Amino acid sequence: MRRYVAARLAQSALVVLLSLTAVFGMVRLGGDPVLLFLPMDIQAKDVNEFRQRLGFNDPLAAQYARFMAGALHGDFGQSLRYRRDALGLVLERLPATLLLAGTSIALTLLIAVPLGLVTAVRRDTLVDHVGTVAMVLGQAIPGFWLGLMLIYLFAVALRWLPTGGTGSLAHLVMPSVVLAAFFSARVARLTRSAVLDVLGEEYITTARAKGLGEGRVIAKHTLRNSAIPIVTLAGLEAGQLLGGAVITETIFAWPGLGRLTVQALLNRDFPVVMAAVSFTSIVYTLMNLAVDLAYGWLDPRVRVRS
Amino acid sequence: MAAPWLTRHDPLRADFVASLAPPGTPGHPLGTDQLGRDLLARVLYGARLALLIGVCTVLVTAVGGGLLGLLAGFFERWPSTIVMRLADVQLSFPFILLALTINAIVGLGLRNIILSLSAAGWVVYARVVRGEVLSVKQRDFVHAAAALGVGRGRLLFRHVLPNVAPSLIVVASLQFSQFIVAEAAISFLGFGIQPPTPAWGSMLSESRDFLYVAWWLAAFPGAALALTALGVNLLGDWLRDTLDPKLRV
Repeated sequence: MRRYVAARLAQSALVVLLSLTAVFGMVRLGGDPVLLFLPMDIQAKDVNEFRQRLGFNDPLAAQYARFMAGALHGDFGQSLRYRRDALGLVLERLPATLLLAGTSIALTLLIAVPLGLVTAVRRDTLVDHVGTVAMVLGQAIPGFWLGLMLIYLFAVALRWLPTGGTGSLAHLVMPSVVLAAFFSARVARLTRSAVLDVLGEEYITTARAKGLGEGRVIAKHTLRNSAIPIVTLAGLEAGQLLGGAVITETIFAWPGLGRLTVQALLNRDFPVVMAAVSFTSIVYTLMNLAVDLAYGWLDPRVRVRS
Repeated sequence: MAAPWLTRHDPLRADFVASLAPPGTPGHPLGTDQLGRDLLARVLYGARLALLIGVCTVLVTAVGGGLLGLLAGFFERWPSTIVMRLADVQLSFPFILLALTINAIVGLGLRNIILSLSAAGWVVYARVVRGEVLSVKQRDFVHAAAALGVGRGRLLFRHVLPNVAPSLIVVASLQFSQFIVAEAAISFLGFGIQPPTPAWGSMLSESRDFLYVAWWLAAFPGAALALTALGVNLLGDWLRDTLDPKLRV
């Protein structure tokens, strides 16, 4: 197990370094960075001064070294708009994103796992058909459209909930439902197929044959053995959510990481973009790592194979 | 594709007298928007644009990603290492964030949105194809062909590629709806396709300002998007079940 953990840690560290390089590359290879960083209506002499100040006149290798050294110390430079530490701005948004992500994941697991389980156990009954249709629909309906429709229904027409922003529990309802709807559909579908796979295994037949009650067969033998794909998908989606739900946060004016990223992109505030994208990538990589380590814990066979 | 024949309205022509007409108005079955443009015409032209973007992106990613996966699987060693490390790096960014950021950097418009979606989306093909090639390569008929002195290029394209093609098609169909929805999302956020071009994403974005007075502006483009995604997903599921029983979930 220790070797497995060490190997995965080393690999993740490498991915983080390469991802930071990719962030640098994306911004620098996309043409003259000054044109990206500055508004359109700026004068030539200002452009030159700006270039000098941000060090764009230095050789690319020197710029790269400076970026990497800064990034590894958590220094992505100053926000061009707010004149503040870029990473500080990102971290400031983290609690809001964590709250939204946590609620949506909890909601997803609460809906999706029971739904997947029931549709698999009651296969080819009415429950299964209704559930499966709901899953297919949930996957196809784009989150931002669902968000708009919910705003229309609950905020405009019925006036039950606020259209956006934060502050109370009521503000949290719509964004987390929108996120959970999409992710639940995927997780439930996967749960259903994983449970169906396990139900076909011989040890389930054995468990039934030795007279175990159906409740115990499902709870002890089926669920635990179907856990791996579910944990994988849930972990990956948690990673996505922690990076900020870019679109949902924008629709509901939720002051999280995703909205910060979109605003920074619109404002051409590239130090903040680089900080936010790098941060997301690192969180995402760590989530992948956590999922892989959970694998090793859930299924000892994984440790041996690697 | 058939949009010009299905509606006689120009999706760009404004008619302020008839602005914000509700659905069911004579001549405008789905109503009109804030400038009096016919909504049905805009939704239909939007469909054309979405499908165009979907098809182009899928083609670019399938060919590009497929080729890289083919090379990585066939030659192993350093081509494989490079492609797989690249894939790891790409997969450390959420898809939509990557496509959005690339789009903000390369700029707006049709060509650039296809470019950014492709740059963010090729990885899946490369991974799937590489995995398939690795297993196909071990099969007897490939060894036999190699023993008969078939050249490497011919071996790759005549013997390995056809056996990998089904999974490539399955992945393509499953990616198709993801690309369409991602394009709409990016245009919705103010990048990608810009108004007045009738794209579903930018139409939804404009509709937000009129949500209090004109629900239909948000409802119909989104419904069209959802139905398209649903149809393509179902097609993808069906293709997967028929072409590749191994992948059945």
